[in-house]
Parts: sequence; C-alpha cells; structure tokens
Amino acid sequence: MSDCSDCHGCGNAAANTAVGELPRPASVRTVALVGPPNSGKTTLFNRLTGLRQKVANFPGVTVEQHTGIAELADGRSVSIVDLPGIYSLHPRSEDEQVAYDVLHGARDGTPKPEAVLLVLDSTNLGRHLMLAAPILALGLPTLIILNMADDLRSRGGKLDLRKLAHELGAPVTLISARGGEGVEEVFDFLAGAMAKPMPTLLPVLHDVPKCREWAGSVGSKAGYLPPIAPKWTRRLDAVFLHPVAGPLLFLVIVVGVIRTIFMAALPLSNAAQSAIAVSGKWIAATLPPSLATSLIVDGVWKGVGSVLVFLPQVLLLFLFIGILEDSGYLARAALIADRTMARVGLQGKSFIPLLSAYGCAVPAILATRTIENKRDRIATILIAPFMTCSARLPVYALLIAAFIPDRHLIGSVITAQVAALLGLYAIGFLAAVVTARLLKSSVLKSAQAPFVLEMPSYRWPTVHSLGLRLLDRAKVFLQRAGTVILLVTVVLWVMAHVPYSGGHEPIEQSLAGTMGRTIEPLIKPLGFNWKIGIGLITSLAARETIISTLGTIYGMDPDSQGMDLQKALRQDLTLGGAVALLIFFAFAMQCMSTVAVVRRETGGWMWPILQFSYMGVLAYVGAFIAFHAIG
Amino acid sequence: MAKKTRGQRIRPLDKDFGCAHTEIMLQLSGNKDQVEAPHRSLVDLRKGDAAVLDRIDLPGEDARRLMELGFVPGTRVTAGNSAPGGDPRVFQVDGSEIALRRDTARRMKVRADRNAKPHKARETPRTP
Repeated sequence: MSDCSDCHGCGNAAANTAVGELPRPASVRTVALVGPPNSGKTTLFNRLTGLRQKVANFPGVTVEQHTGIAELADGRSVSIVDLPGIYSLHPRSEDEQVAYDVLHGARDGTPKPEAVLLVLDSTNLGRHLMLAAPILALGLPTLIILNMADDLRSRGGKLDLRKLAHELGAPVTLISARGGEGVEEVFDFLAGAMAKPMPTLLPVLHDVPKCREWAGSVGSKAGYLPPIAPKWTRRLDAVFLHPVAGPLLFLVIVVGVIRTIFMAALPLSNAAQSAIAVSGKWIAATLPPSLATSLIVDGVWKGVGSVLVFLPQVLLLFLFIGILEDSGYLARAALIADRTMARVGLQGKSFIPLLSAYGCAVPAILATRTIENKRDRIATILIAPFMTCSARLPVYALLIAAFIPDRHLIGSVITAQVAALLGLYAIGFLAAVVTARLLKSSVLKSAQAPFVLEMPSYRWPTVHSLGLRLLDRAKVFLQRAGTVILLVTVVLWVMAHVPYSGGHEPIEQSLAGTMGRTIEPLIKPLGFNWKIGIGLITSLAARETIISTLGTIYGMDPDSQGMDLQKALRQDLTLGGAVALLIFFAFAMQCMSTVAVVRRETGGWMWPILQFSYMGVLAYVGAFIAFHAIG
Repeated sequence: MAKKTRGQRIRPLDKDFGCAHTEIMLQLSGNKDQVEAPHRSLVDLRKGDAAVLDRIDLPGEDARRLMELGFVPGTRVTAGNSAPGGDPRVFQVDGSEIALRRDTARRMKVRADRNAKPHKARETPRTP
C-alpha cells in the first residue's frame, strides 16, 4: 500500500502529495471497470473500494452500474464505476446498454469516466482480447487487467506481459482479484499519471472475425499459451450433465435443500417461539401494567419477535443459494431446466433470474435485464413473484409446523411437513410455468431468440464470500424487521386501541377489528376469520408481516395471551383454512417493493396492476378450492 | 455473415497455408462427400466430435453475438455434454463452453475438420 507513493520517483513522500500533484479541483477522477461477463470485475471492484457488491460464478450478475470510492495511499480518492459485463460495444440487452451509456458519458448521474480498467479473463485471452479493440479505440487511458492469474498458472498457461503491453500500447497487469495478488498495481495505475494509450493498429471494429484474428495475433505475439482445459470442470460436468444422473442430482439437490431448511432450522425456531411467548409473559408481569408495557410486549416483542425467529431458515436458504451460485452449478441447472423453459416459450436465460427469485423477487426482476428480448423479459418479470421467496418461508414454516402432522411419508427422509413445503415450492413454480405459457402464446408472443449461455468453470465457494453474503442477508432481514414490520406492527397496535376506553375493550371493537371484520365476508369463503383478515391486510406491505400481526393480536387477546403462536393459530383456523392460507400466500403478490420494482422496470403502471390483480384472483380462487376440498 | 464461396478462400485464422492448399486439392478432385459436408450443422455432431464452423445462418445481430462468443467461421467446435434429451448442448469453442439450443445449433453449418484425429477423439484438444 505505502509503496504507491514511490511510483512518482520522489523520495519525500510527505511533500510529494503537495508538490508533485497537479492542482486538481475537488472533484475526483472517475474510472470505469469494463470487461466481458464473469471476468471478475465486481470481485476487483469490491477489493478496490471495500464495498460488497454481489459476486457469483455465472455471467450477468451485475446489471446496473455501481459506484464506489477507492482510497489511494497518498490520501486522494478515485471514484470507481463497476459496469455490467459486455462482449463488445454493440449493446443488445438493457444491462449492456448501461455499460455503453456510462462509457460514453450518456448516463445521468454518472460522469464520463476519465480512464478505464479493462478486466479480462487470462485463462481465455484469445477471445477476451477482442474487447480490447473497441475499448482502446475509445482513446481513454486504459489499464488492461488480466484476471485469474492463479487459474492461469495452475493450468499451465503463460504469457509475456511486457510484449502484450507493447502490442496493445497500454499497460498490462496480471492479477488475481479473488486472492488479492497484483491488486497493488491497479492502485499504482489509479495513483499514476494515466497516459492515453499509444496508437496501435486496431482492426475494423464491426467485423468480428477480423477482431478475433487481431486478438489471436496479438496473443501469439505476446507468447500467450492458453491453459489446458479445467480438469475438474470436465469431470464434474460428466456427472452433473449426465443424461440420467444429472437431472436426478438436480432433484436430490432441490429436495435436500428444502428438507434441510425445514428440518435443521425448525427446532431452533420452535424453541425461540416458545421462548418469546414465555418471556413475553414474564416481561408483562415485571413491568407495571400500562399502555407502554402493552406496546412493548404485544407490539414489539411478540409482534416483531415472532418474525425474527425465522432468521435461521432464511439464512440457511441463502447459504444454499450462495453455494449454488458461487460454485457455477447454477448455469448447469439452467441448462437442465431449459427444456421446460422452452416448452412454455421462455428462453433459458429466464431461468437464472427465476432461480434468484427464490431468494427475493426484487433482485430477480433487476436480473431480467440480461434478457435481450423485451417480451421475454416482461414475461419473466411477471412470473418471478410466483417463485417461493424467502419472505414466504417464515409463513410456510409457521403454518406447516402448526397444522401438518409430523409423520413419516417416505422413510424418515421426507416427512409430511417436508412434503408440504416441497409442494408449496412446486405449486409456485407450476403457477409461474402455466402463466408464462399463457402469456407467451398470447400477448407476449415473440420469435425465439437464440439461446446462448456460457458455462463457467466450477470454483470452490470461499467461506469468506459465503460469510459475507450471509451477513448481508441477515442485515437485510433485521432491517426489514426493524423498519417495515416494526412500523406496521406499531400502527396495528395503535389501531387495536382506538377508540380508547380504558384499555380492556375487545380488539374486535377497535379500529383494527373493524377493518378485519369489514373484509370478513369476503374471506369467510376461504375459511379465514377477521383476525386472519387483518393479517392479510398488513401482509400487503411485506408477506412476513402477517406473522407479527397475528403475534400482536394474539398477544393482546386475553384468551390466547399465554400461548405460543402455533397453538393460538390452531384455535382460529381449521386444517382446510390453513391450507387455503398457504395457497393464498403461494399465489398472492403481497409485496410493495416488488410492485414498485416492476413499475420501474416495465416503465408504467399497466403491468404491475395487471400482475397484482391476476395473482390476487389466482390466490383467491386457489384458496377457495383448497378450503372447500379439505373442509 | 458475409461468407462467400467456401473452399476457394483461406480461413481467416489459418496460419498453415499448406493445409488449406490440400483442402482445395481435395475439392478439385471431385470428392462429393467433401462438397456435401457444409450442409451438416452443429446438431449433427455427437459428443466428442469436432468440426470447423463454416457459416451461421442467422440474422446479422444474432450471428454477431455468437461470433463474439467465439463462433467465428473457421473456428473448430467440439460438441460436449448436453441437457437430458440432447437439447441444449454445450459446445467447446475458442476456449469456452457455450450452450446452444438445437434450433440455434441447426443454423450453424459446419465442415469436416481436416486436422481431426482419425475418427472420434474422445477428449479433443482445445483450440489455441
């Protein structure tokens, strides 16, 4: 780090900053990170800026530009813009358009970059060097960063950096963004003078074969020896893409993940739930009985607390998603599932956003930007909220634990409870597939775009990166509990006390009760009473809010005050009603952030309104049928 | 894209002129199999088979994206693993593995690989 100041050549580092530097205005330089998809731009970005943008092992993770500040050793700072991956400067999809616009200074809010860090995968230089031509043609100071030095070495590839720099007329450095090797040279470049590239002979940019030829000749002049094929990737693919073993493993992985989420985290959540019920009683007994006590115990403790106990499930889910994404298996899963996607008229590229919708629909909808075809993109956006997101998981876990008997179904591997959870994931997926089929054969009909998916090499997910993901997800979860859910719960508590008449009026008579009873006729056919009705209303803000709402209502109700949530629920719902509620949650679009992001991404209210109504009707009809079938 | 008479022209990436010459000789000798070969497409390759990409019969923009991914006419392509049912299939091209659907692969015509090892080399060497 400290050796950065040496590159100016002066010994007196302290005076150096004052004298050796041009009197730049307060504004900082902007430098763009450019490169083909999955070349490790975001990994480097995180290293340079200390930020934590999402990284995974498949192409197209970054779909927006992200700006961060890199602090140089001499105290100056540089603004780094991380861009979505591009193959050329011919944008075809929304994410590529973003990269193109930023590079040309045409993106509002992002200044035109003064220099470029071009990140290429050193293990596949022949093809990746093609991008150097249009980037060098921009005429901006450019540092060419050959990433994945560790892979290149371990697989026996090599090249002469000096010769390559000479051929390209720009500095070249070999780094490993993951391991941190060589990153100081990037800092040196950022601190240095940033010269414009020397004029070199570049190929005609729109002629791809010519560009490839140029890249090949530059590579061979630099003595580039491509590494041998990644042995382990071939071996693993022989298993994961085996005609029989592949799909079987896919199923085993899905069932295994869901089973583990349910079985491993359930005892923890159950224990925490009873602890909350018991401690709530204890707190209520310790504090003087007053309105404030009721707010703390019923509103905050039992309300928000009953959501917090599902943190283990949610984290476990994100751990699995993280392993699948970082290892590179996700691209293989997309390949295996492509047949199904094709049958409903979607392209394989839709599968990756849909998979990430199992975590949360909001980033999934952003990830659809990689889909080039507009109609395919809208169809994918419209079906993404059907995927079982992590906010549904607490609701499912609570209701299943309360109502589905813990019986063995297929040995001890799949119990009735696990089967119920699997079933809920399945009907969500089924609804998505059927909806896609409907859309693609009617309003969103389009010609099939060619399906192209790069298969990344497998990598070991690092404990560090998985740990960071979990930390971030835990933060998001706690943030939601501490903001949206807390707010809704407190508002609900207030509404349950209005009109105020001494403190012991039944909730049924309060404003909240009236609200619930107003919609009761509408939801009675689904087997829900007014308490569930209040929960359905509050869950419009975010799905898991129904749990905090019921926690608060049951906490205030003298009949159910001492019980844990599961027991209290059993008093209010029949088995049929519980299944109806599960189905309702599987289909309904109860998430304001999703509605907002759909509006933003589709550029209007038409699609989100249509989607909200469609999913609502489906939820209602599904719940109605379920309630009447089970009784 | 604009690919004209095949065979009459040296492959853009070909450094080995002698070989190209041999090809022309073969064609001139009236070898019918060799002439028919360009009608084969990537779909006809079985796992482990390699061939040289001849042309892409797709709209300009789509062909361009495929070329950016390494499917430049004249490049050697090896068929790899596939999803169950053989669709989509992974192809090894220019140092990467790219999956294509059957519909796309059908439009990508190939010719025989002159440098191929005599019949079915299981693990084909990678293109430089």
